[in-house]
Amino acid sequence: MSILILAEHEAGALRPATMNVVAAAKTIGGDISLLVAGHNASAVAEAAAKIDGVVKVLHCDDAAYEHELAENLSALVVSLADSYSHILFAATAAGKNVMPRVAALLDVSGISDITDVVSEDTFIRPIYAGNAMATVKSTDKVKVIGVRTTAFDPAAEEGGNAAVESVAAVAASDLVSFVGQELSKSDRPELTSADIVVSGGRGMQSGENFVMIDEIAAKLNAAVGASRAAVDAGFVPNEYQVGQTGKVVAPNLYIAVGISGAIQHLAGMKDSKVIVAINKDEEAPIFQVADYGLVADLFDALPELSKALDS
Amino acid sequence: MKILVGVKRVLDYNVKARVKADKSGIELANVKMSMNPFDEIAVEEALRLKEAGHAEEVIVLSIGGTQSQETIRTGLAMGADRGILIETDELLEPLAIAKLFKHVVEKESPGMVLLGKQAIDDDSNQTAQMLSALTGMSQATFASKVEVDGDHLNVTREVDAGLETIRVKSPAVISTDLRLNEPRYAKLPNIMKAKKKPLEIIPVADTGVDVSSGLSVVEVNEPPQREAGVIVGSVAELVDKLRNEAKVI
Repeated sequence: MSILILAEHEAGALRPATMNVVAAAKTIGGDISLLVAGHNASAVAEAAAKIDGVVKVLHCDDAAYEHELAENLSALVVSLADSYSHILFAATAAGKNVMPRVAALLDVSGISDITDVVSEDTFIRPIYAGNAMATVKSTDKVKVIGVRTTAFDPAAEEGGNAAVESVAAVAASDLVSFVGQELSKSDRPELTSADIVVSGGRGMQSGENFVMIDEIAAKLNAAVGASRAAVDAGFVPNEYQVGQTGKVVAPNLYIAVGISGAIQHLAGMKDSKVIVAINKDEEAPIFQVADYGLVADLFDALPELSKALDS
Repeated sequence: MKILVGVKRVLDYNVKARVKADKSGIELANVKMSMNPFDEIAVEEALRLKEAGHAEEVIVLSIGGTQSQETIRTGLAMGADRGILIETDELLEPLAIAKLFKHVVEKESPGMVLLGKQAIDDDSNQTAQMLSALTGMSQATFASKVEVDGDHLNVTREVDAGLETIRVKSPAVISTDLRLNEPRYAKLPNIMKAKKKPLEIIPVADTGVDVSSGLSVVEVNEPPQREAGVIVGSVAELVDKLRNEAKVI
């Protein structure tokens, strides 16, 4: 078997998600190649060559790949697809944008968001917001897969010594161009790879009150998340959203503050190792998944928690 | 131009999914079914584009059993002009759905196809991307803002680190994210009117589209359950447990 992975990178560095996808590929087994497509991204290709378990890095350097445009990336992956039994993507916004195109262009089913590998052709994936786990089997000639990164512990970034090979670019699409981006500025770790996440829900009552969450997150070196209710209410931007329709996180510690625990939210965090819930409603469903529950008004509990973390 | 909108009938957002005893899938008998929430956002966006003068007709397309007519009627009650149901009792994979959409695209030549970014039942998040790849229409997924600029669209997309704007040439396939708009409720007179709007029903076999799939569901299981934990009495006790018992801070 031979597996191709589309590496994700930004600002000259691999995104952590790529290491999780390599780990999933190791579970499937076989030779692992990484495709690094970018513009002036040779440092990324060199870093990719060092990931433990990677035997080959395909490096494609072209302006067409500067902005992760789906049309261009999918055409490149398809041009290389013949040599592989599996093609893997991270189930990130960038990966989800490309994976189904590659599957359709190869006339095979895409397999979204796998959380476990049963065998080389059989995988487990959550459906219905994680309220059920489907075991799916593929008879397609090539398996095109999205990997839920939180389900696989990352491969080591050092230890490999892969050969780097240049591959030819495919003509860029003239249908799409990149205009700009507005990235949220934060000193906090990235939500999906942070060891600790502190999330606020509707109970926070306003965006201003998220300052209290920020303060605790800063003390714990944690990322800040939110429930869909808090995003819908306009307290915080959508990239904070944890849940079925937002990000899936599985940190060592997840602190849910003023979050009732709708199934759509639980879908995004219930695989966290330790869950803490702070909510004044003792009937809130979040307490059913929490390892430690504190029934308290968050406006009392958060300042107290902040103080306790100093001691 | 015409706008084609996809609507899927799914288990209602507020109903907890229960795995069938024979592990073949999810219990869907006698439970509330609704339009996939992201598809409501897609219908709403199409209607707003029509109201702003960018489109003449909004067509809602559903692929599913005969009851999917209700989902189409919901879209018509919101304000869409006509509906198409491709009828099948099989649960089709996104690839087959994308091929059936392509079949309709070739017949109707819409200037835009609006689809929800994912259905909340299978959570695949694939159909829009596949349709774009199969038809050669431009792709703009996870849209939080759509701006028409002549024969181009400027689409703001939700990405993991924030927002990104791309410019795509029409015709385009757009998948909707949460913050694109807030869908309207259908008013009673419009629900009555919707019953008289045209709804074409096409048996899937009549499309000639190959809907076979290389992916099959072996079984569906309950997820592992978390053990309920303990309720602590104070913030001090919580911090102590996190430091000394769980050792996570």
